[in-house]
Amino acid sequence: MTEPPITVYRLQACPFCERAIRKLEEYDIEYTSRFVEPLHSKRNVVKRESGVRTVPVIVDENTSVTMAESANIVDYLEKTYGKETETDAVTAEHPITEES
Amino acid sequence: MDLDFDVIELPEPNHPTSGETAPTFERPLVNDEYWEDTKLAALTEDGPVVLVFHPMDGAFPATYIWNELRDREFDAYDATVVGLSISTPYEHKSFIEDRNLAETGFQFFSDPPNEVANQYGIENDLGGMAGIEEPRPAVFVIDGDRTVQYAWAAREHPEFPDYDELQENVERLTEDE
Repeated sequence: MTEPPITVYRLQACPFCERAIRKLEEYDIEYTSRFVEPLHSKRNVVKRESGVRTVPVIVDENTSVTMAESANIVDYLEKTYGKETETDAVTAEHPITEES
Repeated sequence: MDLDFDVIELPEPNHPTSGETAPTFERPLVNDEYWEDTKLAALTEDGPVVLVFHPMDGAFPATYIWNELRDREFDAYDATVVGLSISTPYEHKSFIEDRNLAETGFQFFSDPPNEVANQYGIENDLGGMAGIEEPRPAVFVIDGDRTVQYAWAAREHPEFPDYDELQENVERLTEDE
């Protein structure tokens, strides 16, 4: 049994995390979910991996990329795994000021 | 413990015994930092596994069992030591912290619906807690081929593993490999 090369650190019920997950599902990319706790102080593993304590964080061993911030992750996934698609409708979204 | 009254006897367990294959299952496996869906079969691929079923994390038998395994340094063996209870991942994380288990690397499967205990034939229908059942204390020493090398399940409520016997079996298996 080999682990998928993509790991997502996520928090239950976190909309930013679901946003990143939705993109992975859309592209049918296999990934491993690692759930962390609500308290930032209890997220040392996320800090070690990414330098920050916010989630989601994606670790992609295919490309050696580790990335935080859901907007960046979605961008990254589109550029790396997306077919040439028209620009996403970002206008409908609120600017992301804070991740969970 | 000698008591001058009868303790509660549990129905005969119906669990896999020595030489039989340990059923695999997939549940969130909790360590001191996060949890991740994990199959028992994935753990045995890495070598022997000590699978310890225990009552809910807040119950005293859980504390007794894991304090004992910690104090006997089960983490020193070349085996993966995992617990399993009906407690949620959040409770397992608190338990690891409260019982000072982070250093040991012990990890805990979370199975609120108690399906794994039923799969293993060691369920315990708790009296006085409507709708809740959980595993009775039970221990399985499983080798890298997922064959059970040692099995024990409680016959009374409460009853605890024979830790010396368990330790001998873990030693025998980990020294062989």
